[in-house]
Amino acid sequence: MATPENKLAFDGGWQYSPAPESTDHVSIRKKYELFIGGEFVAPVQGKYFDTINPATEERLSRVGLASAGDVDKAVKAARKAYAGWSRLKPAERGKYIFRIARMLQERSREFAAIESLDGGKPIRESRDVDVPLAAAHFFYYAGWADKLEYAFPGRKVKPLGVAGQIIPWNFPLLMAAWKIAPALACGNTVVLKPAETTPLTAMKLAELIADAGVPPGVVNIVTGAGETGAAIVNHPGVDKIAFTGSTDVGRIIQKALAGSNKKYTLELGGKAANIIFADAAIDQAVEGIVNGIFFNQGHVCCAGSRLLVQESVAGAVIQKLRERMETLIVGDPLDKNTDIGAINSKQQLETIRSYLAIGQEEGAEMFQSSCPIPKRGYWCRPTIFTGVSQSNRVVQEEIFGPVLAIQTFRTFDEAVTKANNTPYGLSGGVWTDKGSKIFKMTQSVRAGVVWANTFNKFDPTSPFGGYKESGVGREGGMHGLDAYLKLEA
Amino acid sequence: MATASGKTAKRLAVAKTYKIFIGGQFPRTESARYYTLKDRQGAVIANICRSSRKDFRNAMVAARGAQDGWAKASAYLRGQILYRVAEMLEGRREQFSAELKLQGAAMRAADKEVDATIDRLVYFAGWADKYQQVFSSVNPVASSHFNFSVLEPTGVVAILAPEASGLLGLISNIAPVIVGGNTCVALASESMPLCAVSFAEVLHAADVPPGVVNILTGYRSELSGQFASHMDVNAIIYCDGDQQTDKAVQVAAADNIKRVLRRTDVSWADESSQHPYLVRDTQEVKTTWHPIGK
Amino acid sequence: MSRVPTVDEVGVNERVARFQTRSIKSASKVEALKLILSMIDLTTLEGQDTPGKVRQLCQKALHLHDAMPGLPHVAAVCVYPTMVKVAKKALGNSGINIASVATAFPSGQAPLSVKLDDTRMAVAEGANEIDMVISRGEFLAGNYGMVFDEIVAIKDACGDAHLKVILETGELGTLDRVRQASELAMHAGADFIKTSTGKIQPAATMQVTLVMLQAIRDYYAATGRMVGMKPAGGIAHSKLAIHYLVMLRETLGKAWMTPQWFRFGASSLANDVLMQIRKQATGVYQSADYFSKD
Repeated sequence: MATPENKLAFDGGWQYSPAPESTDHVSIRKKYELFIGGEFVAPVQGKYFDTINPATEERLSRVGLASAGDVDKAVKAARKAYAGWSRLKPAERGKYIFRIARMLQERSREFAAIESLDGGKPIRESRDVDVPLAAAHFFYYAGWADKLEYAFPGRKVKPLGVAGQIIPWNFPLLMAAWKIAPALACGNTVVLKPAETTPLTAMKLAELIADAGVPPGVVNIVTGAGETGAAIVNHPGVDKIAFTGSTDVGRIIQKALAGSNKKYTLELGGKAANIIFADAAIDQAVEGIVNGIFFNQGHVCCAGSRLLVQESVAGAVIQKLRERMETLIVGDPLDKNTDIGAINSKQQLETIRSYLAIGQEEGAEMFQSSCPIPKRGYWCRPTIFTGVSQSNRVVQEEIFGPVLAIQTFRTFDEAVTKANNTPYGLSGGVWTDKGSKIFKMTQSVRAGVVWANTFNKFDPTSPFGGYKESGVGREGGMHGLDAYLKLEA
Repeated sequence: MATASGKTAKRLAVAKTYKIFIGGQFPRTESARYYTLKDRQGAVIANICRSSRKDFRNAMVAARGAQDGWAKASAYLRGQILYRVAEMLEGRREQFSAELKLQGAAMRAADKEVDATIDRLVYFAGWADKYQQVFSSVNPVASSHFNFSVLEPTGVVAILAPEASGLLGLISNIAPVIVGGNTCVALASESMPLCAVSFAEVLHAADVPPGVVNILTGYRSELSGQFASHMDVNAIIYCDGDQQTDKAVQVAAADNIKRVLRRTDVSWADESSQHPYLVRDTQEVKTTWHPIGK
Repeated sequence: MSRVPTVDEVGVNERVARFQTRSIKSASKVEALKLILSMIDLTTLEGQDTPGKVRQLCQKALHLHDAMPGLPHVAAVCVYPTMVKVAKKALGNSGINIASVATAFPSGQAPLSVKLDDTRMAVAEGANEIDMVISRGEFLAGNYGMVFDEIVAIKDACGDAHLKVILETGELGTLDRVRQASELAMHAGADFIKTSTGKIQPAATMQVTLVMLQAIRDYYAATGRMVGMKPAGGIAHSKLAIHYLVMLRETLGKAWMTPQWFRFGASSLANDVLMQIRKQATGVYQSADYFSKD
């Protein structure tokens, strides 16, 4: 029904003044050592690397580069601590984890600011989503520590030992919580490597864990890049590997673990279909699209990066989406009004840009919002591609940026076929007012998480993980305990 | 400390007035009656409110008024509040130990009981956002329907706390009831009522919403009939009783089909006495069907 | 075969929560506060209204706070039809609009003939804006045609006066109904759609306002005709009013950000805005004692 003449104007008029989050209460050291055996120790080879603020390209700090030797130290420390930790009364383990949760709540503002500085995500997201969810994860799993037998009827449970954990840069603190909390609750000890572009909140978490009195060596955090990760994966003293990152690296890890008897869980990439039916609550569906692909700069494995909209409402939906995109503010992550922050790294920005070029070369129509962006730093405006279909690369491949590919469909079956026609299977969204259609869709979509009339909702009680090449294993909820336990008759 | 005349003297303590706890406040019993609690040497410890049926009625109104909001609070929030209760109790542990000793416990036993109570609160706090996962189900019905069963709180629970366990026994019955979204009115042990009243102060400090827990002291013989027969009580828990009182409670409860939970012969000091079935005991099961189709 | 779109309540709540996290500071805050002042319909609608009270209100409308130069004047005063003459005399050629409620405000429970007389009288006495109420009973009973026809008739009786149609969202029950009533009112000729009479709870909320703004936007896209919006009742603080402005800006854009297309139905909001403007200028928190109450 929307006609091109009756458009809304969002430029000019009353604008929002800058609303910067204060950082004078935030403390970042000039240099961070590796956290091994309850202490901060210098890397064996004395090498460090910089971590920068992607919004300003300025260095924030330097962190240790962990070599294979450092990883070895960390694994040994974890093994040493495991004896005591696994034999602690489970309720006592739980109380340590409750302490971590409580302290994270107390220090939440500082953690949120550092998360935004180091990774580029808006302070509003760090403050309102990342940090509270991280604390909630610790709370949830703390409570499981002395209740494990209820989750596995007919089985006795035992921890696995030392868990090697490698996490990505899109939700640095939250991913650390997703990994550490269940591992500890189940009686394991941990060697964790944060992503090389976002090590800072992990180091602050290390300080917090020490302050909370957690026994030394239970959690070890070593910073580094691909080689450090490989050293963890290949270390014979590690009993279990947990990895979140790209499917390409997941493949490499699975191959490396072949024949090793190490348990592993992988949470990999996705190219989720967000499906809007004509009988959806349209305005809320449009907001769901925006939440699905533009927030967190699209750096979300379960992002709704493909929109499948029923043809009869496609025009109206796309028009509303374009108007909504014009109200999204791209800019300084520390400004409280920023909706879309900085792209995490130069490398990622180049990847996104190459896909924007590919899309246009493939003949797609590209629309970007017209908001101003800062001169320094890494930025990408929210973008949509129309005139694309299943065979376009921008429809098939994970871009990991604020870029949405839009296709139409006519029938339920067509939507399902398109949604499932991908090697990925992490998540999916369906928007309809009709209850039976929701349940039919959740039955038909081959994905680990289906969001009906919502998108990108997370909760520590709710299991998360993929089908097919989106990974194996679940994190969160009762099902998330599986990954860190041996079940015996 | 110097007196007005300048002489140093032993300081006179300000004795605590033990009231009851209704709707988040500390009124005296409306009956203005009391009984005197004495220690083993016969010295007066305190005057304890001898609650009346009207006090119980008022407590029930408060409990019912609070139940809907409490049940609608997220499981996460209920868990947080219960954890905070544990924090507050930990901070006041000396007070509780002292009260247990006044009532006849040995020093180490008193400290152990306080430890166990705090840990039990943490235990149940941790169940808040998990019992639903353990006890619910998705049911594979034969027709094309999505069918799921979830637990819902039964409503307002009347608790006759264990006579022989003045702190741990009381908390062992209150915590699982409220973690599941119910509200309650509890009658403290007649011979060991002190910790129950002090525990009300802890609840108050922990931001437990008014009316979620209401605590009365008084004569069991006067009040158990009230607890068992009130038509707005959804479930009754009792922890003591010979066969005669057993039957009396059960008969009175039948008038509005109260759920009757008999927890006699439980050794509350044993860790085996804490488990999630205590939560499930005051939950209903709701099953929903919805078609699956285009 | 278009349908009135349904509304997802949880989605609306989430969008509203986002508006509430916008941080409006410094220059943009002052600009917003002044804009809010210019959008206020200063209101008195009490059974106990007298000419004296209405004259006092008009005096306030003309002299919000003379100690602070450069303030805009309010958009309108809003009174009962019997007070329109008094208001007209008091406001003279100030440019402040005279809005009158009509159609058996607030209940709307009267025959159409009475409502038409009510409207005509207010217009004849000098009102240039009419705030009517829809027949909620008829709407909930499904007599949409009757509700539609009433609005058309009242619009006709308004002559040159602009018509605001009050949906009384607090009685409609769901956001779906708010959406439906909004569309009905606009198609029947409303110049403005308004949330509430302010006489029942809940009055205006950000949720119903968002739904109404979205209805206005879709109507504009389909017809090219702009319709104004007025939330009324319950907006007493600047912070909340600023949230509404954020919501307006991000939903309808620049064109609606004037008193011609958006009003706040409020009485005590004006003083709070004045206090905030003064605080921004001086850096110091203010006291109500320094601002005239009418």
